[in-house]
Amino acid sequence: MASTGRRYTKDHEWVQLDGDVATIGITDYAADQLGDVVFVELPAVGRTLARHATFGVVESVKAVSDLYAPVAGEVVEANEALAGEPELANSDPYGSGWMIKIRMSDMAEFDGLMDDAAYQELTKAD
Amino acid sequence: MTDSDDSLRETALTDTHRALDARLIEFGGWLMPVQYRGILEEHRAVRERAGLFDLSHMGELFIDGPDAGDALAASLVSDPRTLAVGRAQYSMLCADDGGIIDDLIVYRLAHDRFLVVANAGNATVVSDALADRLEGWDAVLDDRSMATSLVAIQGPAAAGILRPLTDIALDELRYYAIAEGTVAGMPALVARTGYTGEDGFEVFVDWARGPELWAALAAAGSGQGLIPCGLGARDTLRLEAGMPLYGNELDRATNPYEAGLGRVVKLDKAGTFVGREALASAAARDPDRRLVGLAITGRGIARHGYPVLAGGRPVGTVTSGTQSPTLGQPIAMAYVDRAHAEPGTILAVEIRGQPVDAEVVSLPFYRRARQVAPSSSPTTVA
Repeated sequence: MASTGRRYTKDHEWVQLDGDVATIGITDYAADQLGDVVFVELPAVGRTLARHATFGVVESVKAVSDLYAPVAGEVVEANEALAGEPELANSDPYGSGWMIKIRMSDMAEFDGLMDDAAYQELTKAD
Repeated sequence: MTDSDDSLRETALTDTHRALDARLIEFGGWLMPVQYRGILEEHRAVRERAGLFDLSHMGELFIDGPDAGDALAASLVSDPRTLAVGRAQYSMLCADDGGIIDDLIVYRLAHDRFLVVANAGNATVVSDALADRLEGWDAVLDDRSMATSLVAIQGPAAAGILRPLTDIALDELRYYAIAEGTVAGMPALVARTGYTGEDGFEVFVDWARGPELWAALAAAGSGQGLIPCGLGARDTLRLEAGMPLYGNELDRATNPYEAGLGRVVKLDKAGTFVGREALASAAARDPDRRLVGLAITGRGIARHGYPVLAGGRPVGTVTSGTQSPTLGQPIAMAYVDRAHAEPGTILAVEIRGQPVDAEVVSLPFYRRARQVAPSSSPTTVA
């Protein structure tokens, strides 16, 4: 299978890099486990996030799940479409269901994340 | 993930749920399906067409004998003696101090035979308490919880799906009524009760026939939009319908008056009953706190345990909350101090440290459009 270029965290978030900007979302595995997403709370643009800091919340009908910054940096964009259509997190988690974009302060953090194969292994073990 | 705990009970239908790829969770000591395809889809199916639920985890307690009515009247807060044969009433088992041990439905099957249906998590406690309270009466308790499968079919299309399978005249079976007959050839009790705010039925059969009943209903309903529904949809459906859930709105520290269920307590019935003194004194004063509905007008979903604020000060606690699939807005139930309980009052719910606006509204959040009579033609979806 061709690489997606994405990296992943054990919290089931994905990171895609474009220059020094990381786009972040939840994986299809996370979306499936949560069930129907009905509410997404995201940070304001301009906020600086430490690595592992809580930056938002995804809520399904039954569950509340925190979002953790996989990498440190400044929030340069938040996906406003999720306010009106939180279900995008289920229907298109790697596309229009993305959550935020962060301008990374330490590019080395990206390499510390799991690649496709490692993440597949993790979700298989669950 | 969490479905490998050996101490959990399974219903006769658990393998059916596995085959349907349900997500199974612990609930009340049982391994139960929380969802199949998705809570929202299942919720909408029940509001618009029909849903099929396995409720075999509920407790079924049969009380027989010449004193059965008197014994139950002395044990519960309601008066089952006033029930006509074939009718049902919502009731509660309370402690001496008036606290709610469980909420129940009592069905009168014959003059001297009743069925009490208890919540799964409380079934043993209710069974033990009833056995205790029946002592000295000429009445026998038969706990058939582990001998009974209970399947509910709920939604506007439910009657049309069930009708060809049963010899019971469904059109004559009123809301909160029960009849004995057959369903798909099996001896069954069919009750027109439910926990969804829709028309629907609860079908009791022998434990081992649960899968056969489920299969017959699923096949009969497959062309009419019937889908299997889990506890997740059951919870959002009952919350929209303003129905309390034991463990959330009701518990040992709550009396029926605080929960807005004082009408269920029959203080003036003949003979005394457990909790009477405490409940009479609770009835004589305004409860300090009241169960209310909240429409969350700000952004966020209120959940069980979140504080309710007025002017920044805590005045209550959320008992249940969700995004209402039907209304498309977050709703909640909460206990609040009586000074803040009037519909129209603007309060706030503290969600992750932030106050989010909420308005007190009257319950239920959702009320189905009642049909003039249960019709025999296919129900039109609005």
